[in-house]
Amino acid sequence: MKDMAIEDLSRFLCEHPFFRGLPADHLATLVGCSSNTTFESGEFLLREGAPADRWYLIRHGRVAVEVFVPGRGPVTVESLEADDVLGWSWLFPPYKAHFDARALSLVRALSLDGACLRTKCDTDPVLGYELMRRFAPVLVQRLDATRTQLLDLYGSQP
Amino acid sequence: MLPRLFEVGQVSRETDDSFSLRLGPRDGAACLDFAPGQFNMLYVFGVGEVPISISGDPARPERLVHTIRAVGAVTRALQKLRKGDLVGVRGPYGTAWPVQQAHGHDLLMVAGGIGLAPLRPALYHVLLHRALYGRVALLYGARTPMDLLFKGELQEWRGRFDLEVEVTVDRASGDWQGNVGVVTRLVDRSRFEAGNTLAFVCGPEVMIRYSAQALQQRGVAEASLFVSMERNMECGIGLCGHCQFAPWFVCRDGPVFGYDRIRPFFGLREV
Repeated sequence: MKDMAIEDLSRFLCEHPFFRGLPADHLATLVGCSSNTTFESGEFLLREGAPADRWYLIRHGRVAVEVFVPGRGPVTVESLEADDVLGWSWLFPPYKAHFDARALSLVRALSLDGACLRTKCDTDPVLGYELMRRFAPVLVQRLDATRTQLLDLYGSQP
Repeated sequence: MLPRLFEVGQVSRETDDSFSLRLGPRDGAACLDFAPGQFNMLYVFGVGEVPISISGDPARPERLVHTIRAVGAVTRALQKLRKGDLVGVRGPYGTAWPVQQAHGHDLLMVAGGIGLAPLRPALYHVLLHRALYGRVALLYGARTPMDLLFKGELQEWRGRFDLEVEVTVDRASGDWQGNVGVVTRLVDRSRFEAGNTLAFVCGPEVMIRYSAQALQQRGVAEASLFVSMERNMECGIGLCGHCQFAPWFVCRDGPVFGYDRIRPFFGLREV
């Protein structure tokens, strides 16, 4: 992972669909927990089982969410791209990543410090609710998609 | 009701369980002119008959192509045919994709699995008359990268400057560099002007239902949404009733339906 020089993070956060409409005071809080970062193709943004200290707003590139299956190797369960959110394990104990996330191309992302944000949400419940309110539709959409994938729609009928 | 004799000219393996048959009329008889979306009844002598969508180019009816998934006795028998073997053909039957209605509009084609086969003739037609359409996009989902149909053509189509092609699979190994996820995610991400878009959707019925929901959430009107339905067909000409779907026979009133007509029946478990 290469950390780039700090840029105008407020603008990047404002532009990302996940934070669209976020009040200015909350934006300022988030800037304090954010950094602009880049991953080369093949680099891991998250590793299964590792502390979920960071989560990402993808600005450019594609990321594979993977599970390593012994005997099969890495199996991609979802791919994410620009405007997608990566990582919510930082929200819930034990704060460990559930999957690997690997850059399939050059990836530019906003990296947010999950531990830092948890502390700030504890002291500012309005911020906490705002984040949960934005994460909930993402979780619902991913769950719906996963259930649809489980249907194995294109498999042979039994 | 009598099938015409057609000869197998070429057999192409598409995936592990899907293949394409190219047929030609026996003894230089007339070709079968067809419209995109229509199907034929293919008869394997001594085995039986099945409805199969035509997957070839309607501008080249002399090359009658069907892409078939081997899932039953007749389709497995079709899979064993070789060049020179004979097949009985009845058709073409059924309604077509409204490619004329789409003139002047953007066109979004959403295909799942073998559903790309009945849509391919529509895409051929649109590309032949490209200037008549606005933005044209193909969104295609399959089970795994190995199950993608027409891989060579997909790459060709992706290379065109006047056609957007997005492909996704439900799961993949680590060496797949493309999208992984349900085809409805491609609908969510696709950039199109909903008010000026017609959508053609073909695939498993559950996939059609979810895709229709996703398209409507993006603002595509029901009257601009067309789907290809599938039911067990026997006669293909609206007589036996096997393919009845609510007040319609899929063989005669479909397989292509406007979604605004069938939506009230789509979620019913028994129709």
